[in-house]
Amino acid sequence: MTTEHLPEHPDFLWRNPDPKSSYDAVIVGGGGHGLATAYYLAKNHGMTNIAILEKGWLAGGNMARNTTIIRSNYLWDESAAIYEHALKLWEILPEELEYDFLFSQRGVMNLAHTLGDVRESVRRVGANKLNGVDAEWLDPQQVKELCPILNINDNIRYPVMGATYQPRAGIAKHDHVAWAFARKCDELGVDIIQNCEVTGFVKDGNKVVGVKTNRGTINTEKVGLCAAGHSSVLAEMAGFRLPIQSHPLQALVSELHEPVHPTVVMSNHVHVYVSQAHKGELVMGAGVDSYNGYGQRGSFHVIEHQMAAAVELFPIFARAHVLRTWGGIVDTTLDASPIVGTTPVENMFVNCGWGTGGFKGTPAAGLTFAHTIATGTPHKLNQPFALERFETGALIDEHGAAAVAH
Amino acid sequence: MLLIPCPNCGPRDETEFHYGGQAHVPYPENPADLTDREWAEYLFYRDNTKGAFAERWQHSTGCRQWFNMLRDTVTYDIQAVYPMGQLRPATGTTAPTVTSPVSPEGAVK
Repeated sequence: MTTEHLPEHPDFLWRNPDPKSSYDAVIVGGGGHGLATAYYLAKNHGMTNIAILEKGWLAGGNMARNTTIIRSNYLWDESAAIYEHALKLWEILPEELEYDFLFSQRGVMNLAHTLGDVRESVRRVGANKLNGVDAEWLDPQQVKELCPILNINDNIRYPVMGATYQPRAGIAKHDHVAWAFARKCDELGVDIIQNCEVTGFVKDGNKVVGVKTNRGTINTEKVGLCAAGHSSVLAEMAGFRLPIQSHPLQALVSELHEPVHPTVVMSNHVHVYVSQAHKGELVMGAGVDSYNGYGQRGSFHVIEHQMAAAVELFPIFARAHVLRTWGGIVDTTLDASPIVGTTPVENMFVNCGWGTGGFKGTPAAGLTFAHTIATGTPHKLNQPFALERFETGALIDEHGAAAVAH
Repeated sequence: MLLIPCPNCGPRDETEFHYGGQAHVPYPENPADLTDREWAEYLFYRDNTKGAFAERWQHSTGCRQWFNMLRDTVTYDIQAVYPMGQLRPATGTTAPTVTSPVSPEGAVK
């Protein structure tokens, strides 16, 4: 009997270094936003003596748990600007990062089920066009042509009255996005340090000068927080508050199916969003669980509700099965817009509050946040999203305005 | 799904309740005197506690009464239920303590 040898392990995409005693900047959180921030700090600002600290494993939080939808059809100018910039970056990143992370511009449809929905949708299409975002209004027949499995009959509680459609929107393989950024970060000299939990900050007066971790204290000149659902916990360690609430957000997948769903369909009103992953699973999500939670799990009635909505819209899904459900912790703000910028602590910067929609914003969050960390000043795209807006009242109210299924 | 011990109706499914966020946030005593910063704090800033958290719930499809609940935001264990207006009880109890001011005969013992 001969023994077959296992093939050689492929090369690792990034090193697994121990933390150094000091860095020019430290990014807390090794998810998509932390990785993108570090990448643009190194690439655009020449800051390569930097580290990403991740308390678990790389991209194991919301980056591994989202439903991978990418779109930029937001209502307000400030949001359209930053999300459209993100979409333009998504379009060039596979080449720039030399990694095909399967960005598939299969379009995103946002269904309208009431007269109010129709008015809001048509208004948003107009606003999108004025902001250079591709958008069109589809009548039910056009909806059916683009997505034949959708039920547009009037025999359901909330018939489809039309949809907005953004052809350039789509999905990408989230894990591959993280790996693509991580490999480039590593090549540029960034230390990605996993299993390194931040336990406190070292301050000199009101200035942050170091980060305490379970692997020792690290001196640093600048700190960027990219910790999504745990941002409040870190802010409290640093001595300030953030106007965010952490909620569980759940999603689910079916078993694998033949390709049946050619686009991405979102419905605010009956509340579900559905796409089909490259591998074949139907991927679904909806809104957050109502209560505050850090448990990375939610209540099952939320899953039942979104499956009921999916079956009503897509009758053939009735014979699919739930393979897996899970939850992440999302950091929501009261105006459903992110917070990116400076904090009350000198040399500490925060990128949080992306809530239920952070994945699509990853490249623009990273690019603009890197600018803010490197220069200490806002980028023109993230300036409206500063923490101060809650004091000035200049909110960017995307609740119900942004085709968002909160 | 959470099984929430309503102080008036007993244990009921979470779907019967409406979440009211952080408890014990009083309306400002002198609203006209607040600075913009203080208004921001009142309107937009709430604790986002990881651990035991005092929050308000309303039994919206039952008795429609508001009450306070102490719940762990990591394990989701319900540690205490107590009436509006009562101070937050000390934490550390394992079984939920339920206090009812309205109808003691209907309360969970």
